[in-house]
Amino acid sequence: MATKSLKKLGNDLAQSNKQIEILSNGIFKTGELPTFKDKISETSQFPIKAKKLEILQINVGYMCNQVCDHCHVDAGPDRKEIMTRDTMRQCLEVIKNSGAHTLDLTGGAPEMNPDFRWFVEEAAKVGITDFIVRSNLTIIRANKKYYDLPDFFKKHNVHVVSSMPHWTRGKTDKQRGDGVFDKSIKALQELNAVGYGMPGSDLKLDLVYNPSGAFLPGDQVAMEKDFKKALMDDFGIEFHNLFAITNLPIARFLDYLIASENYEDYMYSLVEAYNPSAVENVMCTNTLSISWDGYLFDCDFNQMLELPVNSKSRHISEFNEELLEGRNIVISQHCYGCTAGAGSSCQGVVA
Amino acid sequence: MSKPYYDAADLRKFGKITEWSEELGTKFFDYYGKVFEEGALTAREKSLIALAVAHTEQCPYCIDAYTKDTLQRGITKEQMMEAIHVGAAIKSGATLVHGVQMMNKVNKLDG
Repeated sequence: MATKSLKKLGNDLAQSNKQIEILSNGIFKTGELPTFKDKISETSQFPIKAKKLEILQINVGYMCNQVCDHCHVDAGPDRKEIMTRDTMRQCLEVIKNSGAHTLDLTGGAPEMNPDFRWFVEEAAKVGITDFIVRSNLTIIRANKKYYDLPDFFKKHNVHVVSSMPHWTRGKTDKQRGDGVFDKSIKALQELNAVGYGMPGSDLKLDLVYNPSGAFLPGDQVAMEKDFKKALMDDFGIEFHNLFAITNLPIARFLDYLIASENYEDYMYSLVEAYNPSAVENVMCTNTLSISWDGYLFDCDFNQMLELPVNSKSRHISEFNEELLEGRNIVISQHCYGCTAGAGSSCQGVVA
Repeated sequence: MSKPYYDAADLRKFGKITEWSEELGTKFFDYYGKVFEEGALTAREKSLIALAVAHTEQCPYCIDAYTKDTLQRGITKEQMMEAIHVGAAIKSGATLVHGVQMMNKVNKLDG
């Protein structure tokens, strides 16, 4: 199990240009597999264009208490990139004035940003319909100062979306670290105790499943059924929905694919499962990703690859909704991850 | 150096069998797809049956395909191994139940 980020380890794959080079060369360079651009052109879906902005996904920092094997952010305790209160203020201005109805906070562990609570309190005042925090669950049990997070979330009616790779200890800990499963179960029970995830409750608790290795997620509905049964039978835990998310071949997951000699097979799986109807609803068409330092990206993956939005409005300080709408989405071969099978997004399947 | 009889990459080419006999190949893949759809049995149950049969048939392509398929369905390695034991039990049972035929024959010839 890793304890340091690729960046800290000085791994080549911590460099975004190195990742893009890998994704552009090899089987895609030789034409053995079509590039994403060629593939979507077959069905006249190139270029993908941004529609009306609905979701602002803000990455408040790459620091995390976990070092998960497949993290696309390469997050960990050693990452120091953290959003400042000034940038948060700029985000709040944008939220007030844009048409976005959903605010989605991610990281790292967003709760580790020292201004996280301030930001949630301020953002709650703006009156957005859906306010998501992507919590890794273990943070709630990591330190005393986080123990009251379930109550804090409840106070501000935050929609909690949590990672839970499997309903068994073995598979969960293998991917996310020793002890993660037990802490996650405890955190889920605490969230249930304050009303989160209960049937009919407005306090929404959804789980995110992503595969533990070089394979694609199964059917979301069937997985949700299995998760619900196992978590209820074994631990009495309730939750609302399960989002099945495909691992995209970037950062630590790309490193894993290459090291385990699964890269080519995995890319074949993604291309073979390509689904044109998923392209219609990929999340970059209604979401904008904002990095810890205020730059704008089509998605959190492009943020990690340092592929900025194709627009004159590139930073939160110069946000211009009109300019951004209709922009061409920046694509590379990692995009196959969002169009495989039933598609994949931060809200689960899209087709 | 001789080439191996089986090449994992050949599994990707399975669909090409239709090129030399389109009607039969297409009918086969339609049938195959239909068999694995959710029905009176769940797709998950069918996947585990396929994994067990893949082993009794000792088909390396099928083993690759259904190991991946069961993983994708969230099936644990303990469940996968138990499924294979079911196949192995039937295989060994099928061998041993013929022991009754041997016993019958012995009793007739040497009784």
